[in-house]
Amino acid sequence: MKIVIIDYGAGNIKSIQFAFKRLGLEALLSKDPEEIKAADKIIFPGVGEASSAMKMLRKSKLDILIPTLTQPVLGICLGMQLLCKTTEEGNAEGLGIFDVHVKRFNACVKVPQMGWNTVSNLKSDLFKNINDKSYMYLVHSYYAENCNEAIATTDYEVVYASALQKNNFYGVQFHPEKSSDAGEQLLKNFIAL
Amino acid sequence: MLAKRIIPCLDIKDGRTVKGVNFVGLRDAGDPVSLAKKYAILGADELVLLDISATLEGRKTMLDMVLKVAEQVNIPFTVGGGISSIEDVDALLKSGADKVSINSSAIKRPELINELANKFGNQCITVAIDAKQIDGNWIVHVAGGSIPTELDLFSWAKEAEERGAGEILFTSMNNDGTKNGFANEALSRLSTELNIPIIASGGAGNMSHFVDAFHVGKADAALAASVFHFGEIEIKDLKKELKNNNIEVRL
Repeated sequence: MKIVIIDYGAGNIKSIQFAFKRLGLEALLSKDPEEIKAADKIIFPGVGEASSAMKMLRKSKLDILIPTLTQPVLGICLGMQLLCKTTEEGNAEGLGIFDVHVKRFNACVKVPQMGWNTVSNLKSDLFKNINDKSYMYLVHSYYAENCNEAIATTDYEVVYASALQKNNFYGVQFHPEKSSDAGEQLLKNFIAL
Repeated sequence: MLAKRIIPCLDIKDGRTVKGVNFVGLRDAGDPVSLAKKYAILGADELVLLDISATLEGRKTMLDMVLKVAEQVNIPFTVGGGISSIEDVDALLKSGADKVSINSSAIKRPELINELANKFGNQCITVAIDAKQIDGNWIVHVAGGSIPTELDLFSWAKEAEERGAGEILFTSMNNDGTKNGFANEALSRLSTELNIPIIASGGAGNMSHFVDAFHVGKADAALAASVFHFGEIEIKDLKKELKNNNIEVRL
């Protein structure tokens, strides 16, 4: 099993590596297209701001590579949002894998949403052995609208897509690497895909 | 629904967890890495590791410790204490910290909040504020609560939010170490005036204090140290009690 975390200068990657290490697996950090293409499973991480993250992807031409990948790809947090069509954050164009727009939470709730919220309407093997209404850890100010590609939803004033899937592409808004037992189960499921 | 968070705080001095009463008189409370791991298993939602070492050696120890905690713990944690530059934050986040908390350095140079929020995103920047109520006014203090400033708690918290803080960790020095409950009136005002999460800190003595911090203080999270370190409150029991009081918690 070769797991590669796409390295484009985004965020807290150590935590993802450690999460796999706790499962007895090594996750390699790489920006080399050949190495990424040769992986069995790919993690597309992201913490930070969307438009600058897209700039970094374009600079390294990863924006062209990522949509061509055929093995399971898991976008986490901003990684998931970048797989969407557009985002209100910095009015950026995403990679357009998921046919959904990313919007900012309304000011009637505290922004960012920070903490543990539940996931419901679970679909896909990614959520195998994870109970409906399990808590996951989220930190975000922008959300993907609920849509046909949603495989989990979360309620924070608005019901939104907290996980998405299209073909081999998966995205989760929450941080499985920080979501205790439920998060660990999700990473195990991803590896088993 | 978003759950209210319970956050054990580990005050760390030269690699050991300690806890003071009213910011002085430190007692030893054990090895931080095993304590952090224990709390994650017991149901803590998040952890705060506060470095109170005064020496450079102590600081270096902290970075190694952050790496060890990140390796072993599967819940988020914030690191605070002595952070004053982009480089400090970069090193901590690269070692696996999820958030950093800044306090005196932000008061000394408020632009630091903007710089850190722009560079790392506001979600990982917590601004910690120690304040003491004097003649009805909440006065912000620095240097571990030893030096008063000219700043008012509410206007400083608002400024921190506007500059890009992702959340506020408010410690009431009047309440800290007393075990008489949180400063709910001030908390409630902060939570109403600001649109970012507020963490209540200082004064936890029993489970009903937490209920009050959420119901009366409208806090988004509550932080405590000694009641957890010395086994006076079990996190599971606390969460059951909160749930019985119709407070959303992760159980």
